Amino acid sequence: MPKITFIEHNGTAHVVDAEIGASVMRAAVDNNVPGIDGDCGGECACATCHVYVEPEWEAVTGSRTESEETMLSFAAATKDNSRLSCQITVSDALDGLVVHMPDGQH
Amino acid sequence: MSAIVVVGAGHAAIQLAASLRQGGYDGEITLIEAEAGLPYQRPPLSKAYLSGQMEEKALALRPESFYAAQRVRLIEADPVVGIDRAGQVVRLGSGARVPYGHLVLATGAANRALPVPGAELPGVAGLRTLADTKALKAVLPDLRRVVVIGAGFIGLEFAAVAAERGISVTVIEAAPRPLMRGVSAVMSDHLAAVHRGWGTRLLTGTGVRAVVGDGRAEGVETSEGEVIAADLVLVAIGVVPNTRLALEAGLEVGNGIVVDGLLSTGDPLISAIGDCASFPMGGQMVRLESVQNASDQARSLADRLLGKPVPYARLPWFWSDQASLKLQIAGLSGGHDQAVLRGDPASGAFSVFCFRGERLLAVESLNRAAEHMMARRILAGEPRLTAGQAADPGFDLRSA
Repeated sequence: MPKITFIEHNGTAHVVDAEIGASVMRAAVDNNVPGIDGDCGGECACATCHVYVEPEWEAVTGSRTESEETMLSFAAATKDNSRLSCQITVSDALDGLVVHMPDGQH
Repeated sequence: MSAIVVVGAGHAAIQLAASLRQGGYDGEITLIEAEAGLPYQRPPLSKAYLSGQMEEKALALRPESFYAAQRVRLIEADPVVGIDRAGQVVRLGSGARVPYGHLVLATGAANRALPVPGAELPGVAGLRTLADTKALKAVLPDLRRVVVIGAGFIGLEFAAVAAERGISVTVIEAAPRPLMRGVSAVMSDHLAAVHRGWGTRLLTGTGVRAVVGDGRAEGVETSEGEVIAADLVLVAIGVVPNTRLALEAGLEVGNGIVVDGLLSTGDPLISAIGDCASFPMGGQMVRLESVQNASDQARSLADRLLGKPVPYARLPWFWSDQASLKLQIAGLSGGHDQAVLRGDPASGAFSVFCFRGERLLAVESLNRAAEHMMARRILAGEPRLTAGQAADPGFDLRSA
């Protein structure tokens, strides 16, 4: 299983095993990583799974979907490398992915 | 703190367990659920799961491994039948007794029963549990005509899925318009028109006299005397909170289990969260049926149980997917006296800003996710947005 590292706003890192085909959000929620809520269950409806993708991974994780773009364009603390982690699908290529979390999702 | 026992294993219960562990709570957590199987997400039942876009496995709120890893004990298929407050123990249907240090009622709600003759016939269905939905999903390919009773969120979501499959759909609603309780008239009228455009027959201001059929539902007789043929009748006329346990335990019950701003019942050792809880908000008692409310109340209660009590005051928000429509609502529009349009309904994407006097109460967005996000930010503070600004497409909501 690919390993993904989630780094909390306070610097605490969580390394989890992610299931291929599921979303990066699911990997966090399934492993109870604090700071990723995913309240809507991955329907791109709540923007509570906001992460910052480390620059070297942006090419692998791909670009924002249109609906994700609109959700993020007005979310708090959005940066150029912001993604909704429910919209990133886990694959072998993501093994070693590192994402950072904003200071709160609400 | 000693053992935390939660009655129920829906969104609120699972989030509470997750938040308690994230916050460093090290004691026992026990969730007790009447249904069998892994606790699951409800919103996709009437949307992506029913339509076949989502697999059953993806419905689980957490994978099986979560419970062991987080030391959350899940007692499934065994309902709580009584609470002994003096003894601090709950009794289960199996006869087992589970002691608690703190008890959380996250009992949810149950579908309101249709109070007419024939409602008990086979072929009359509800849509609340995974079992309900599996049964519906299994018969969906064979259905030609369905009658949906109730034009609330569940009724309309089911109608959208059925119509998309080419099933002939009639929706019967007692109120003068669909989603009467949930959205403004302008949004409601728009949704009604869209559903009619999909071929759905939507009867408003119409009651149901009986479900008719010989040993099985074959149709619905309306208050107008018309009999509408159906292979399946879906009853979606709202829910009633599961309050029996609280009532029998002598706790205060109104429209739900009554709690204070910290989500505590009158018994300091018993709290209530989610769909079953009636809580103070904006000077009145409210009860909300939503994932946001369940999740945010769970997080708030976890904070209190971890020694950081903050009165619950999160902005309510909701969403509903109906085929190509994505409706997102921020705030509660009840009592609004002015509905301001932003965008053109004819374009299929617009928002309705609901005001009472000068004050913005809620924003309903259809296929306008960005405005929904903005609305959530504006409503979470002290909204100063005026009706004129809301209606002006040139006004940048970010400056509100």
